[in-house]
Amino acid sequence: MPPIASIDLASLAISTAKIIGLVFLVIMPMVAYSVWAERRVSAAIQDRVGPNRVGWAGLLQPMADGLKFILKEDFTPGHVRKGYYWLAPALTMIPSLLTCAVLPFGSRLFGEKMVIADLDVGPLFVFAIASLSVYGIVLAGWASNSKYPFFGSVRSSSQMISYEIALGLSIIPLLMIHGELNLGRLVQEQAVNGWALLPLWGESLSLKGFVLAIPVFVSFLIFTTSIFAETNRLPFDLPECETELVAGYHTEYSSMKFALFFLGEYAAMIIGSGLAVTLFLGGWSLPFGWLAPESTTAEVPLWHGLVHIGAFFAKVIVFIVFFIWVRWCLPRFRYDQLMRLGWVWFFEIALANIALTAILLAIFK
Amino acid sequence: MNFLFYLFAATALAGGIGVVINRNPVSSAFAMIVSFLGLAALFIQLDAYLVGILQILVYAGAIMVLFLFIIMLLDVPSEERRRLTFGALAAAAAVAGGFLLLLGSVLRKHGAGRAILEPLDLPADAPSDVHRIGDLLFSTYWFPIQIVGVLLLVATVGVVVLSKRELR
Repeated sequence: MPPIASIDLASLAISTAKIIGLVFLVIMPMVAYSVWAERRVSAAIQDRVGPNRVGWAGLLQPMADGLKFILKEDFTPGHVRKGYYWLAPALTMIPSLLTCAVLPFGSRLFGEKMVIADLDVGPLFVFAIASLSVYGIVLAGWASNSKYPFFGSVRSSSQMISYEIALGLSIIPLLMIHGELNLGRLVQEQAVNGWALLPLWGESLSLKGFVLAIPVFVSFLIFTTSIFAETNRLPFDLPECETELVAGYHTEYSSMKFALFFLGEYAAMIIGSGLAVTLFLGGWSLPFGWLAPESTTAEVPLWHGLVHIGAFFAKVIVFIVFFIWVRWCLPRFRYDQLMRLGWVWFFEIALANIALTAILLAIFK
Repeated sequence: MNFLFYLFAATALAGGIGVVINRNPVSSAFAMIVSFLGLAALFIQLDAYLVGILQILVYAGAIMVLFLFIIMLLDVPSEERRRLTFGALAAAAAVAGGFLLLLGSVLRKHGAGRAILEPLDLPADAPSDVHRIGDLLFSTYWFPIQIVGVLLLVATVGVVVLSKRELR
C-alpha cells in the first residue's frame, strides 16, 4: 500500500471515481430502494398491496417520496437548541456512508482494486466510524429539548454501547482463524479456501475446517443480532418505539431532516449487511471457488470482475431482505430484555467463543 | 501532503481551544471529539493506522459517549451561569504556564523541529502494523500486558463492590 503522503493526481482521480460510483450511484439508490422494498415486502407478508401506483409496480415511489420530503415545510420548533438540532441529522448520515470505504465490493476492474480504501485495519475502521453515529442520535434527542426524544436518544445510546462490545468480540474468532484484518485479503482467502460459513472447498474442506465452522457460526449469530441492535431495527427498535415514545429521537424533526435520519438508518443497514457478507459469506466471491482469482495481486478478466461485483451486491440484497423479513416476524423486545440479552448472554457467549476458538486452533494446528 | 497536516493540526487545535472557551459543557465535549478526530487523522497521516483508529474507537467512540451521557444528565444552566473568580484564573494560569515551560524545555533539549527522522525502510511484503504491534505485545511485553489485565480486573471488581454496597 502506498503511504498516504505520496498521493498523486491519478490515484486521487481513481479514488474519487470509486467514491462517486459506489456511494452516489450504488449505495444511495440502494438506500432509496430498500425503503421501497421494505414497504413492498412488509405488504406482501401482511397480505396487502403496498405502494404500487407510481411507475411500474411502484418502482418510482422513492423519487416521489424524495420530492415529497423536499417540498414539505422544514419546521424548526422554537424550543430546540438550533445549532445542534441542525447538526444531528447530518451526524447520523455521515458515519454510515463513511464506513463503506473499506468494504471490498469486487475483486478487480481494469486492474484497479474494487475497494475505496484498502486498509489493514478494515473491521476496526468500520467499528470506529460506526461508533460515531451514536452522536447524531444523542444530539437529536438532547437538542430537541423535549421528553420523548430525550428518552429515545438515551435508550439508543445505551443500546449501541452495549451491543458494540458484543459486535466487536463476535468477529474475533474469525480474525483468529484467518490471522488477517485486511478485508480484501480476507475475502480472497474465502474465495479460494471456502467461505467462513460454508467450508466446502479448498483447504477448509477438512476436519479442521468443519470443526472451526462451529465457533464461526456462533460468531455469525451474535454478529447478525448485534447488527440489528446497532442499526435500531426491530426487534430492537426501542429508541423509536412508536407505542411508547411517539417517534423517539426524531419526534421533533420534519421534512428532509427527518428523511436524513431515516436514510441514515437504512444506509447503516446496508453497510452492516455488506460487512456481514464480507466477513462470513465470502464477500464478492462465488461459491466453490468458481472464477476465484489466484491472489489479491493476480490479474482478473473484465467479466470476472463484473461478476464479482454482481455477486457482492446480490448477497447484500439477500441480506437486506432478511433484515426486512425479520422485522415483520418478531415482536419488539422489552428494554430490560434487550439489555439482559446484550450484557448477560451475548457478551459472555462471545468471550467463551473466543476461548473455544483458541482451544480448537491449538488442537488442530 | 503538508496541506493535509496543517488542516488536521488546525482541526485538533481548534477542538482543543473549543473545549476551554465554551461555557456550555456539551459544546465542550463536542469540541473535544473534534480534537480527537483531528489527532486520529494526524496519526493516520503518519501511516499509523492502528493508533489512529484506536484513537477514534476508544476515545471518540466510547469514552466521550460516557462523558456526554453524564454531562447531559447534569444541570447544564448552572454551569453556564458560573462566574470566573480571580483564584481560579490565577491557578489556571500557573498550571498552564508551568506546563508550557516544561514542554518548551523538553522540546528545546531534543531539538524539535530541526531533527529529521528518516522513514522506516520496510520491505513491501512486511506484515501490517497491527501484526507487528500484536507480536510485540504478546512476546516482548507479555508480562506488562498480564499486569494491565489483572489491574483492569481489580478495577472492575472494585466498581461492582462499590456500586452494590448501598443496596445492602
